Amino acid sequence: MPTVTMTVNGMERSGNVEGRTLLVEFLREHLGLTGTHVGCDTSQCGACVVHVNGTSVKSCTSLAAQADGAEVTTIEGLANGSDLHPMQEAFREHHGLQCGFCTPGMVMSAVDLANQNADPSEHEVREWLEGNLCRCTGYHNIVKAVQAGARAMGGGS
Amino acid sequence: MNDFTYHAPTSLDDAVAALRGDGGAKLIAGGHSLLPVMKLNLAAPSALVSLAGVPGLGDIADGGDSVTVGAMCSHAQVAGSAIVQARIPALAAMADGIGDAQVRNAGTIGGSVAHNDPAADYPAACVALGATIVTDRREVHADDFFQGMFATALADDEVITEVRFPVPGRAAYAKFANPASKYAVAGVMVADGPAGVRVAVTGASGDGVFRVAEMEAALGASFSGEAVAGVAVSSDGMLSDTAAGADYRAHLVTVMAKRAVEACG
Repeated sequence: MPTVTMTVNGMERSGNVEGRTLLVEFLREHLGLTGTHVGCDTSQCGACVVHVNGTSVKSCTSLAAQADGAEVTTIEGLANGSDLHPMQEAFREHHGLQCGFCTPGMVMSAVDLANQNADPSEHEVREWLEGNLCRCTGYHNIVKAVQAGARAMGGGS
Repeated sequence: MNDFTYHAPTSLDDAVAALRGDGGAKLIAGGHSLLPVMKLNLAAPSALVSLAGVPGLGDIADGGDSVTVGAMCSHAQVAGSAIVQARIPALAAMADGIGDAQVRNAGTIGGSVAHNDPAADYPAACVALGATIVTDRREVHADDFFQGMFATALADDEVITEVRFPVPGRAAYAKFANPASKYAVAGVMVADGPAGVRVAVTGASGDGVFRVAEMEAALGASFSGEAVAGVAVSSDGMLSDTAAGADYRAHLVTVMAKRAVEACG
């Protein structure tokens, strides 16, 4: 059984996995980081979005082995202690969530957008969120939160 | 998903050796075509050979009359490439319309071309632009490379290293996308390039990408939307599923072709 080692939220983590172990399974079941969710498991809903080497990807469609040696950031890695990340704070401020299931993926996707575009338009946010589905259909406030969060980040995470 | 052995070679030779060492092995690039079919047990390779650690497969180069895209370039890389945007903007726009942002961050041109999903966008771009698929051992023209649904000219141990696109005078891609997956229900790339006018269709046929000779002839005579608007394609062999029936897909091919021609400007 191969061993994978990656830096997860700033800490080096290793584990023995099967070839078929998905990155999201490694995060949730091996490391106990259950903030990353599995929704559709078909790379459409985006509940599983994490950052690998600074880029947002769907961890249900990535193998743990593919992330061997990578820097991985999950939703648990955003806040600084009890201080929420500006994007998380914006989601709270603008009530950018209803049931909350899609929220970790929404936030991780939004942070990637904000890293590239410090002041995205409503249209740009909606285009970017193509791969993040909210079954509560709470998009209106999510879009407002992403715009506010991006501005609060000021072009950096 | 069945379990498999995972190989992470650091050279092209080692990747080929790993493929030759296990008859059930397959290559994995971004995995965004392969892993979904493995989850459905439609593919069950005994080993996966990752190309992520093989150097030299991730560059985009301007060769003057052509643009070369490394096999491991992600869709986001192609969409965001200043070279592709300047030389073949239709290709950059097509890549920007694949899936969603996270899919574009992971999926690669080499993976898409090797997988040859009948609804993938890249096969239409490769055929319309007259691309050459370069492998570790030979060069194959797109016309000969795509051989029907999920079938290509690749040998089991062959590795795509890059795709070379001749720069067209003008080109555009129009897609009627499945709203959930963004796969093409019907997608048409029209290119007016060194090999004349070429019209390639993806998403519509069960045999994968195909050219429409009648449209190419009509556009050769008069490059205008009206020239193709009256050219109907047969619904024989068209896909029929929850997204669209065969007749509707055939209709969409003409509509998308007209839009692509008009987008060429």
